[in-house]
Amino acid sequence: MDLVFKALADETRRALLDRLHAHNGQTLNALCGELDMTRQAVAKHLAILEEANLIATRREGREKLHFINPVPINEIAERWIGKFERHRVRALADLKRNLEKEEP
Amino acid sequence: MTATTEKYVYVTYIRTTPQKLWDALTQKEFQKKYWFDMYQDCDWKAGAKWSMHRANGDVTDAGEIVEVEAPRRAVIRWRNEFRPELTAEGYATCTYEIAQEGELCKLTVLHEIAATHSKFIEAVSGGWPKILSSLKTLLETGAALPRPAG
Repeated sequence: MDLVFKALADETRRALLDRLHAHNGQTLNALCGELDMTRQAVAKHLAILEEANLIATRREGREKLHFINPVPINEIAERWIGKFERHRVRALADLKRNLEKEEP
Repeated sequence: MTATTEKYVYVTYIRTTPQKLWDALTQKEFQKKYWFDMYQDCDWKAGAKWSMHRANGDVTDAGEIVEVEAPRRAVIRWRNEFRPELTAEGYATCTYEIAQEGELCKLTVLHEIAATHSKFIEAVSGGWPKILSSLKTLLETGAALPRPAG
């Protein structure tokens, strides 16, 4: 679990997960597209995310595709909020989102 | 792989053996413990019919086994049967891959469908993380996670 928190404690890595959440199964090149970073830096961030099992990679032909893996985040949720009434937690999250008009 | 295929990949590492993990994935009584009361009917041979059921026996999903290589790999042709808009999307493919890595087993679940903005994939994408977390907890501690509320 340390690896998951370390991996998530970085804005760029969270942004990479957001991009995979929006569009799953991207190549390194596609992920580099809109980021103002070197390819090597993005690859390093992806390696940290993969080490934490927050992304999974698959080879398809010549391409290496990156997929968001939500299982470790679910394990964190189960550890601390799993036994409480989940719908209440979700209702509060919905309320916050509506009040702040955030993107989900 | 066409450009219109939607694919999701779920990975979990479980402290167990490939055979125990295979049994947990394929045996009805085992499934009921971590799949939130659902179970599957299947004899896990290539070409065999496959179906998923609620505790009362109602069919929720059905299809057939495409490939089996126990205890390493299984491919299921999978279609939702209880929500007409999901049934209309046709068959998805679900692949289990089990690989031993030291003391751990890496379980990869791939779910893919030849459609864009698939509602079926959206529906299963909420379920797999919960099922896999519950399976991991069951195999590592002997007790599954409680069914999520709501």
